[in-house]
Amino acid sequence: MTLTAKDVEEITRLLEESSFDELYLELDGLKLSLRRAGAPPSPSAASSLSAAAPAPARSPATAKAAAPEPEERPAAGDPDSHDVPAPLLGTFYRAPKPGAAAFVEVGSLVEQETIIGIIEVMKLMNTVRAGVRGRVTEILARDGVLVEYGETLIRVGLSPA
Amino acid sequence: MTAIRRILIANRGEIAARIIRTCRERGIETVLAASEADLDSMPARKADRTVCIGPARASESYLKIETIVQAALGVGAQAIHPGYGFLSERAGLARLAEEQGLIFIGPTVAQIEAVGDKLRARSQAQAADVPVVPGGAVETAEEAAELAGRIGVPMLVKAVGGGGGRGMKRVDRLEDLAGALQLASSEAGAAFGDARVYLERYVTQGRHVEVQVLGDGAGHVIHLGERDCSVQRRYQKLIEETPAPGLSDELRRRLHEAAVRFAQRLRYRGAGTVEFLVDAEHNAFYFLEMNARIQVEHPVTEAVTGVDLVAEQIAVAEGAGLRLKQEDVDPTGCAVECRVNAEDPAKDFQPAPGRVTRVAWPAGPGIRVDTHIGAGSRIPPFYDSLMAKIIAHGPDRSAALLRLREAIDAARVEGVATNLPFHARVLSDPEFVSGGVDTGYVARLLTRSSLHG
Repeated sequence: MTLTAKDVEEITRLLEESSFDELYLELDGLKLSLRRAGAPPSPSAASSLSAAAPAPARSPATAKAAAPEPEERPAAGDPDSHDVPAPLLGTFYRAPKPGAAAFVEVGSLVEQETIIGIIEVMKLMNTVRAGVRGRVTEILARDGVLVEYGETLIRVGLSPA
Repeated sequence: MTAIRRILIANRGEIAARIIRTCRERGIETVLAASEADLDSMPARKADRTVCIGPARASESYLKIETIVQAALGVGAQAIHPGYGFLSERAGLARLAEEQGLIFIGPTVAQIEAVGDKLRARSQAQAADVPVVPGGAVETAEEAAELAGRIGVPMLVKAVGGGGGRGMKRVDRLEDLAGALQLASSEAGAAFGDARVYLERYVTQGRHVEVQVLGDGAGHVIHLGERDCSVQRRYQKLIEETPAPGLSDELRRRLHEAAVRFAQRLRYRGAGTVEFLVDAEHNAFYFLEMNARIQVEHPVTEAVTGVDLVAEQIAVAEGAGLRLKQEDVDPTGCAVECRVNAEDPAKDFQPAPGRVTRVAWPAGPGIRVDTHIGAGSRIPPFYDSLMAKIIAHGPDRSAALLRLREAIDAARVEGVATNLPFHARVLSDPEFVSGGVDTGYVARLLTRSSLHG
């Protein structure tokens, strides 16, 4: 997974339009941390980026893409990230019907009650909710494919309080 | 004929490992449907693929019909093997599988329903000229009193939807009947969703002898001999053997023929077992029930016949019919099986789940061990406590027993309590060694001797 300058620009724009001061994104070992100018670094983001050099000021937000760290599993023990597991085995669908827009995309903001997908078991559609508040950082489950009980469907970066 | 290339195994434990073994030999891929508690089990490691179907609690994993069928479809399996227990005799699984174009490795929906309803099974037996224990259905208290007067005490009140020792009440005095009926009926309603009960004479001196059958679903049925499963504790079988010791050739032949007649009447498909209560003293037997699945104790039959019953189940399911004729079945010698459970005989056979720290299973000529337990294996508290089956085959009963005694002595399990000391005790008990004990044997043995004394 690579992020182009255009992607970073797009993500920066999302942060600007949001009410958040900070965004921390991890994708396949690639880490992206964005902080609104003037906002104090959150303790968790600061600690996980302790090795990174202070980002040069760039108006209006600050972007820094860190080198991939394959050793690190983003969700394992990362307090800023939450894996949303499949509550049951079935066929996962990202959208309410074929051709419709997906419930969530990378970058979407989710609340506890936000529907993030559907799991079908013998024609019975079960809606899956995020269960946490934050921003979708990764979508792992593929559309129309069997997901097992407990398998990670999406990953959500938790919003700092 | 549909060649089965991939099977979803909707079970766990030693039977899952057993099914995987035959599939391996036949070049069939296996997908194990496992609960969260079984993801690092031995069968999960042996299967070509494991899918997690739900949490540990069986009602949310192994007993969820829709989830099992969805899993089979999702992994591209052509067939589902249900093993024993769990969903193996639930018509709902067979029905949904068939509706979805999957092969259910077992009997038809109608056959499962016919034998699952104990009253219907009784009337099928009568129609097939197979003797049943005196008794019958009762709907009103008056009917019950009238029938009970003819049957006599002691008698059993049994749940129509029960089986395997569940849903039974013993009545020793006629005046207790009304109360027992009410209790049994409400319990049956709660446990099986079917409040119907029936009465049967309680045969005090009986042996549990069952006949293994195989049917092609088109009316051809063969038998693979019988098994004596009289060594039971609270209706749970502990030791099984074939042939049943001490039966006259004539009685044995009549048992085999009765089982085949019963299965033929149903046009039975696949492997099944017809259970009888045998009164060897009076040369009589009665139909108890039919088990529409592979049984725990099937290896003793395999040992003496050389037939792989799971392979035959798959062949029938593929539509290959029966690959054996009755005259091809030629049992040799005797085989005896001990069920090794994680339960403590010193504490009234209390289940002893936990982690097995060290284990050594026996090996040698004539010894077979079917297990899912190795060093480090966990025995979760959510399921039955069967760890392994140790089977010994020999040219005759005393040779088989000698091998089995040595195998039980050689077996080592550390970390959890097991019933190995109980087996050692039974295998050297003169009454068992002489052969032909009845189903009351274990209770008497435990009363007269203390295992930990």
